[in-house]
Amino acid sequence: MSNTSDSNPNLVSVSEIKPASMQLDTVRKKLAEAKGPKYWRTLEELSNQQAFGELLEREFPRQASEWVDPVSRRSFLKLAGASMALAGLAGCTKQPLEQILPYVRQPEQLVPGKPIFYATAMPFHGHALPLLVETHEFRPTKVEGNPQHQASMGATDLFAQASILNLYDPDRSPHVEYMGEGRAWAECVLALQSEVAALKSSQGAGLRFLTGAVSSPTFGAQMKAVQRIFPQAKWHRWDPVNRDSMRAGSKMALGGYYDPIYKFANAAVVVSLDADFLSGAWFPGFVRYARDFMRGRKLDTGDQMNRLYVAESSPSTTGAKADHRLVLRPSEVENLARALAAKVGVATASGRLTDPQQKWVDAVAAELAAHKGKCLVVPGEFQTPAVHALAHAMNAALGNIGQTVSYIDPVEVDAVEHGQSVRELVSDMNAGKVDTLIILGGNPVYNAPVDLEFEKALDKVKLRVQLSNYKNETTDYVHWHVPEAHYLEAWSDARSYDGTASIIQPMIMPLYDGKSAHELLAIFTDQTGTSSYDLVQTYWKSQHPTADFEAWWRRSVHDGFVSDSPAPVRQVTAKLGSLPAPAPADPNAIEVAFRPDPTIYDGSFINNAWLQETPKPLSRNTWDNVAMISPKMAKAWGLYLLEDDNDHQSDAQRILEVEFQGRKVEVPYWPQPGHPDNAITLFLGYGQTKTGRVGAGTGYNAYKVRPASAQYLGSGAKINVTKRYWDIAVTQGHFSMDDREPVKVATLEEFIKNKSFAHEHKEEEPDDQPGIPETLYPKYEDKDWYKDYAWGMSIDLNSCVGCQACAVACQSENNISVVGKEQVQRGREMQWIRIDTYYEGSAANPSVYFQPVPCMQCENAPCEPVCPVGATVHSTEGLNDMVYNRCVGTRYCSNNCPYKVRRFNFFLFSNMPGTDWDTPSLKLGRNPDVTVRSRGVMEKCTYCVQRITAARIAAEKDDRRIKEGEIKTACQQVCPTEAIVFGDINNKDSAVYRAKNTPRRYDLLAELNTRPRTTYVAAVRNPNPKLESGTEKA
Amino acid sequence: MAPIEQIDVRPPKGVRPPIIGPGQTLGTITDRIAGIVLTKRTPVFWILIVAVAAAIFGMLQTAVAYLLAKGVGIWGINIPVGWGFAIVNFVWWIGIGHAGTLISAILLLFKQSWRTSINRFAEAMTIFAVMQAGLFPLIHTGRPWLAAYWLFPIPLTMGVWPQFRSPLIWDVFAVSTYFTVSFLFWGIGLIPDFATLRDSAKTLVVRRIYGMLAMGWRGSARHWNRYETAYMLLAGLATPLVLSVHSVVSLDFAVSVVPGWHTTFFPPYFVAGAIYSGFAMVLMLAIPFRYLYGMQDFITLRHLQNAAKVMLATGMIVAYAYGLEMFLGWYSQDKYELAMVSNRLHGPYSFYYYMLILCNILIPQSLWFNSVRSTPWKLFMVAVVVNTGMWLERFVIVVMSLQRDYIPSSWGMYWFTKWDVMIFVGTMGFFTLLFFIFIRLMPAISIFEMRTLLPQAKVKE
Amino acid sequence: MTAGPVYGLMAEFETPTELVHAAKGAYDAGYRKMDTYTPYPLEEAAEAIGAHHNRVSLIVLIGAMLGMIGGYSLEYWVSVVNYPLNVGGKPFHSWPAFIPVTFECAVLGASLAAVFGMLALNGLPQPYHPVFNAPNFVRASRDRFFLCIESQDPRFSISDTRKLLESFNPEEITEVPY
Repeated sequence: MSNTSDSNPNLVSVSEIKPASMQLDTVRKKLAEAKGPKYWRTLEELSNQQAFGELLEREFPRQASEWVDPVSRRSFLKLAGASMALAGLAGCTKQPLEQILPYVRQPEQLVPGKPIFYATAMPFHGHALPLLVETHEFRPTKVEGNPQHQASMGATDLFAQASILNLYDPDRSPHVEYMGEGRAWAECVLALQSEVAALKSSQGAGLRFLTGAVSSPTFGAQMKAVQRIFPQAKWHRWDPVNRDSMRAGSKMALGGYYDPIYKFANAAVVVSLDADFLSGAWFPGFVRYARDFMRGRKLDTGDQMNRLYVAESSPSTTGAKADHRLVLRPSEVENLARALAAKVGVATASGRLTDPQQKWVDAVAAELAAHKGKCLVVPGEFQTPAVHALAHAMNAALGNIGQTVSYIDPVEVDAVEHGQSVRELVSDMNAGKVDTLIILGGNPVYNAPVDLEFEKALDKVKLRVQLSNYKNETTDYVHWHVPEAHYLEAWSDARSYDGTASIIQPMIMPLYDGKSAHELLAIFTDQTGTSSYDLVQTYWKSQHPTADFEAWWRRSVHDGFVSDSPAPVRQVTAKLGSLPAPAPADPNAIEVAFRPDPTIYDGSFINNAWLQETPKPLSRNTWDNVAMISPKMAKAWGLYLLEDDNDHQSDAQRILEVEFQGRKVEVPYWPQPGHPDNAITLFLGYGQTKTGRVGAGTGYNAYKVRPASAQYLGSGAKINVTKRYWDIAVTQGHFSMDDREPVKVATLEEFIKNKSFAHEHKEEEPDDQPGIPETLYPKYEDKDWYKDYAWGMSIDLNSCVGCQACAVACQSENNISVVGKEQVQRGREMQWIRIDTYYEGSAANPSVYFQPVPCMQCENAPCEPVCPVGATVHSTEGLNDMVYNRCVGTRYCSNNCPYKVRRFNFFLFSNMPGTDWDTPSLKLGRNPDVTVRSRGVMEKCTYCVQRITAARIAAEKDDRRIKEGEIKTACQQVCPTEAIVFGDINNKDSAVYRAKNTPRRYDLLAELNTRPRTTYVAAVRNPNPKLESGTEKA
Repeated sequence: MAPIEQIDVRPPKGVRPPIIGPGQTLGTITDRIAGIVLTKRTPVFWILIVAVAAAIFGMLQTAVAYLLAKGVGIWGINIPVGWGFAIVNFVWWIGIGHAGTLISAILLLFKQSWRTSINRFAEAMTIFAVMQAGLFPLIHTGRPWLAAYWLFPIPLTMGVWPQFRSPLIWDVFAVSTYFTVSFLFWGIGLIPDFATLRDSAKTLVVRRIYGMLAMGWRGSARHWNRYETAYMLLAGLATPLVLSVHSVVSLDFAVSVVPGWHTTFFPPYFVAGAIYSGFAMVLMLAIPFRYLYGMQDFITLRHLQNAAKVMLATGMIVAYAYGLEMFLGWYSQDKYELAMVSNRLHGPYSFYYYMLILCNILIPQSLWFNSVRSTPWKLFMVAVVVNTGMWLERFVIVVMSLQRDYIPSSWGMYWFTKWDVMIFVGTMGFFTLLFFIFIRLMPAISIFEMRTLLPQAKVKE
Repeated sequence: MTAGPVYGLMAEFETPTELVHAAKGAYDAGYRKMDTYTPYPLEEAAEAIGAHHNRVSLIVLIGAMLGMIGGYSLEYWVSVVNYPLNVGGKPFHSWPAFIPVTFECAVLGASLAAVFGMLALNGLPQPYHPVFNAPNFVRASRDRFFLCIESQDPRFSISDTRKLLESFNPEEITEVPY
């Protein structure tokens, strides 16, 4: 599933096999040139044709993956032909003789078939997410949040869920390379050591390190040591998605670098100034924040509910959950912030506002004033420093500091402003001051600010070393490429957003020749060969020089965090100096906003098939990034739109040429309801020219037009509508609810007036105890069915923030196949739980609702009676079971499923490139408790039946009932906002029973009398009565 | 080739053309019909047609082989549109079959003597059409090797029994019964004619072959007596059967919850539609056949006109059903039904719906005119249009209903692929191939029944 | 003239009317073991020789019954006795859903009974039969009508029977050898 054509890769079908690589004669030529036993290694080097290499690695069985390649039979025939030519070669490359042995001494606490959980943490660009990792026979198979850790409380985000696939990614860089040729690690060490020796004389002048944001204390200590040895050495930082504005802002207002820690639990009123704290990992602490914030909206005790005002410049899930959402162009946010600040008593001047803006500001200011100490103003990471400064000032003025927000020293080790840091590095390189550059992680050639022309500068460096888990664009420019160990492969440590330190323990030996940054850095501190385990432990010994260190260490590693290590709260006083004058905004100029992609972040996850196929929360498209503009602009530019602005039935979008500061990029436009006019949002991370099979040829590269001066927002873009189209794979065709009410919603007042507003159409709903006149269905309860356990699920639509974590968790837990862009376009995506997104109201600023839809597990399941083979039938516990080996694939059940939650293996999807079942490494990652489905089989959500069974076995062993909370479905476990509740509805004091008996509970399509076991809790919005409507209809 | 058409000019008003041409005797009938089979020289047009049909059949085999290798993903189907061409074609072919049974069974019961000259090949048409139809349930899972165990109740250790509540299982029983009965009906109808062929065969081999097929038939009165009883009873059985088959097929849809499928009037609506398309197909076959083989004396204008009239009648029923579908949708005031109606009229596939109205309702109205009914080529054109329309009808029902059902977020589209088309066209080739082989090897008109139409065949007191 | 045992005497007629007349005559003369051979079903002939009753209908009825009972009991046994499953909350014994299959089985049973019952009663397939020895008999499947009085009949005697047959002035009378 990859291709090499760069200019605009997306015009080429993603699943096309590179024809060039299949030329028979080239294969023959190479075979002719090849000599001796070692020739297949040289062959690979001879040909830069990746697919040819693949072919070699694959040998024969992998032809199967061609069978499932849905697109071209042609490419299959080619491949088959080539493989014939390769028959002799395949013979030469037969597997080495391998012996399998039983455990001589069985490792203690290993029970084959029983998973073991280890605590660890996932470092993520300057902070970390604490995790529990499920391992089967010491193979990590599933990532969960660490319930004991304040930063996770058991939940994770989608990146953590998907990181397990990166671990097993066959496209990871397999070995050390020098100028593109395979070398031994030892050779690299030698080369570096000689360099180190040379550098010692010059005090390390010309030695530079480049990393992303780092939160590892050990790494920090190592770096200090390096700088002790090499005083002249410099450590530069570059993360494309960095917190520069936040840093600058806190310097402005607080006189130094501090990280704000928000306590949403204490906030009755939250004002977000373009702050996307409900969207994902790029808002540090998202997992905890989302939970705290949503705890304030559960309405399970009393009618109290917090209120969220969002002023945002690019639609986000945070805006979608807002009670009042104000649409602004990126540059207008600062002005609004100034006006708001002035209102709440911060001395500052602001330009004039439009009437709706003014109304909004007045209302918000009043609310804030009324909730001093119980409110919170959150500035956006992607806004100007001024906005941050103003927010700090406002929080101070409102007495929120210490109540709803507190400040700690930066979690990031030796925090700097990345834009500045990388600029210095580049100027040094250009000035020829840099002899040795060690790039630890990252891909600066691809994602450094384009105007710095990093790669040109890089050429001037004498020795360039890269540590990276993939061979990427930067690899082409370095001398030494060292494969980086995945975080599950190497010892390290990190701090979560609140400063709590976690020891990162590996789950598995490095699958490839992976090294950790610690090991590489050790070479510079004359500790060559010291394992990262020793490095990490030594550091912590230095922190805990006590006698009981061993016990302390064991406990910290076991718990997954160092107890009472949260960073101490700093007492700060926000004094707003003179703010830099706001950039003059021309109302007609087209503004550009750069955002990390919702599913592949800054590009580091581009080769992750799960994330590629996870729909972006708002646009529901996969395998590409789009450029969002407002429907109004789309009309103005004469772009094709359906009469309903919310409808994306067509999946071919016109290509826009965006010109920003003289640089151009071609992007597929996306008319996004709620997007500001005269503005365009570009998403980072796609369009990489050098990546794995999965990521190649997907999306456009927004870095091409992202200068250092405008990292997140800029003005004065030129849009030129081309005549060409870009295929977008959308998983949801229709975004409006029409006259149906899949999502039931009311305002808080309405709710208080009428608690059971979700049941306006009582007549449509079947009564709970139907008698003979109403139904001919028997009561299975009387046949002793559903007596013992009756599993049920409740989904709180108020809490769901549409972060997609559940979808990825489900994919990981249930071995769900990835189908590829072309199949998604055909409407064949496989994810078992989908999060429907609905827009209501004007396209300019609609209300947005999210609705997770797994299988409803109906008691009167329409899918069952129509199955000719009884492949889907009911269990005694009320599960709608799917019997894979009985299914013949008539697809009648799916036709008859009113919720359309069933998924069908139209091809051998379980063998699609990216998640295929032939690649050895990928085999390791599968969940051994779940069947891998084959071609022609229907599948769907099972309520994680394997987890139910595991719990039942455990319970039966010690002769007891399954306890409440003992079973958590994958989607429930991962959900940061506790939106999903699962359990036994026979148990009167179970959470799910309570959830199902709130007046807000309702059944989807109740009128069909399917009696779903999955029910919903209707959404309640809490708009300010003073502002006429929940969302300003612009 | 065929002689110049004598009778085939428009007859004067009020005069009904005869059902058998003048001047025919027992002997001439026998020779004319048996001649087609027993002649040594195969007509050129036959070779051409069979060659083309065989080529198309080859394409079908390729497409099916590729399907089995890769899976149903090569088709356009998806979620939500889980059924596409395969089911559409299945229903279409099954429908076409019905006219054969209707002609041979129901008209027999009603003593419609005009049926005799067309019932034989109408029955053949039924069998071949059902064969095409039967192909689709087999391949539409992409894994026909599983069919063995799921189609029929076979005792297995796993206790994998059919799930008898599923309309698909009803289909299996209905269609296989239908095929069996049609085949038996056709088969015993052929026995006396095989005897005739046996007795008029010139070469030993041919005589032997037809002799075996005739099973030693000798026209004994006792045999004729039992034969007639059995034949009548079969007709009596086939009549409710043919009505049940398409009713069951319609239940595939009516039993489900999909708006646009879930309606009670589907069975009669489908049966009418089936007969409609079936008679269209009879005309599409009869008109070329009588021309190519100069059978105008046996398949006269009378037959064509009657077939046309049946088409007109069933066409009106179908038109009524379309109206009813829309009316019920509106009358229910159910939001999903209303949405279904508006999707028919304004949805992304509305073009197909309007084409359907044109082909199945508007154009067939021309059959009111005698000029059309008694001009073979015009009739032929109308028949083609009607069969197109009937295919569109099934497309509209299957695809347009699935494409937009309950939850707006899961609405989708359906684009058929080249493989869909290849398999559909392939079955047409297969059908034609079978049909012309039949014409060459078996009497396409029932000889012994034709004899009974002659005045001299009656006993005078 | 052929030597050896004779199957019967075969008279050939040009029209069905003559045949029926002859058959009646022979029947009145007391002959029972005889049969007529015609190119198409001729009810009058069957009546003339007293062969217009048969048991096909009865067999068909039995076939229908067996099919019906078999079909329904299969469904019942499978879904209620052998492997009861909760299918969409419907009863194990969902009789309305079992009707279509029952009906189809009944029709199938009846049809098979009709065809094979008829063949069995007619003793077909029967590769050899003496009447085929009659020289002109091939025309029995074309345009001629035959009456054959069999030697099995107690009243049969070559000369008398031939006389009787001649009285109906047939085209030709032949002795049919075994």
